Amino acid sequence: MYNFKTLYEATSVAEALKLKADHPEALFLAGGSDILIKIREGRLDGVDLINIYMLDELRGICLEDDGSILIRPLTSFTDVAMHPVIKEHLPVLGEAVNTIGGPQVRNIGTIGGNICNGVPSADSAITLKAYDATLEIVSTEGTRILPYADFNLGFGKVDLGPTELLAGIRIPKASWENTFGHYIKYSMRKAMDIATLGCSVNVKLSKDKQAIDRLRIAFGVAAPVPVRSPKAEELAKGKNITQALIDQIGEAVLGDVNPRSSWRAGREFRLQLIEELAKRATIEAINKAGGTINV
Amino acid sequence: MIDIRSSLSDMLRGEAGLDSIKHGCDVGECGACTVLIDGKPFNSCIYLAIWAEGKTILTLEGLSTTKGAISDIQQAFIDEGAVQCGICTPGFIMASIPIIESDVPATRDEIKRQIAGNLCRCTGYEHIVDAIEKTQKKRIAERAR
Repeated sequence: MYNFKTLYEATSVAEALKLKADHPEALFLAGGSDILIKIREGRLDGVDLINIYMLDELRGICLEDDGSILIRPLTSFTDVAMHPVIKEHLPVLGEAVNTIGGPQVRNIGTIGGNICNGVPSADSAITLKAYDATLEIVSTEGTRILPYADFNLGFGKVDLGPTELLAGIRIPKASWENTFGHYIKYSMRKAMDIATLGCSVNVKLSKDKQAIDRLRIAFGVAAPVPVRSPKAEELAKGKNITQALIDQIGEAVLGDVNPRSSWRAGREFRLQLIEELAKRATIEAINKAGGTINV
Repeated sequence: MIDIRSSLSDMLRGEAGLDSIKHGCDVGECGACTVLIDGKPFNSCIYLAIWAEGKTILTLEGLSTTKGAISDIQQAFIDEGAVQCGICTPGFIMASIPIIESDVPATRDEIKRQIAGNLCRCTGYEHIVDAIEKTQKKRIAERAR
């Protein structure tokens, strides 16, 4: 038995928002792979929950008329990875969520829960950050659109008010079109493990594939929140693809991170991973884009 | 009537008496409580019982074709020595169902990936992979006939 106090049942998003407005202290329950475990471990005893797991209007992925990819928050990791729109236009996101847990966890865990949890190791968050996702946040007061870049306020803290719900994650067309990404998760085990470090890189190359039009690099567990590396991204803009450039990118990212020492890994090791994974993921992304590293 | 605070594993083992459901870790890490919900493996310990309404739940008990007769995958676990203490076995077998029902032959690495959410502290896994691999091959051959 789970030791929660009240479980409010929402049968629609409108009802869920009304329940949240009436009970702002209650937590939205999506797949439960974080919340139910915290309850089991006694860390949320007596909590009130609003059950939104059954709300299919919050589930699914579609390519919108404006070319943006809309991911509803209750979409499971399995469904993200298997979805034809993701496979065709944003395969790196599927590859990233496929590194989470095991099959059972990927069937229950949701992408919205992964980012609302606000931890720096969230595998989906790192890639969404690298693709400049925007978030649709709703409450009984209306809807607001927030760049994902502004969502994480600190470790485990996100910009969601007590009456708000994440209703959509959007990747604009300009963000995924002609863009190729690669995600590397460094962890102790190949499954059922949390990232020691995560690195998601995507590139858009020039027409002749000789130069980088746009580079975006994001890291997980390199700071209290998932972070980008503006220094490396600025440095790479318009540059010819050479090994020297790759090395410069590896050095530049170190200026944008602040990893901590934890039982999983020390700060020094994480800094080494950050430099090395940035280079490897950049090379892989360039290869996927059809480019080659010139000597 | 079920208690709204029940997990699916509480309901299946406690209320329905389905003893194949093992309370292993109870936090979604060991896979000993794995059941298929609408054909996909889930940890029933971190799934609210009320979420199961209207869904098709398959447990190990449901694999027997007739009363007392076990299925091919269960027999393969016995034949290959994939069972030692047995606590993890029902979960492994349920996690293997999507693999053995697939027409695409899985490599050993793919099988390992599919059962990565299940822990076994006895066998060292190799015999479990053997049992799944052989059953999948046998099923594909049978379907081709």
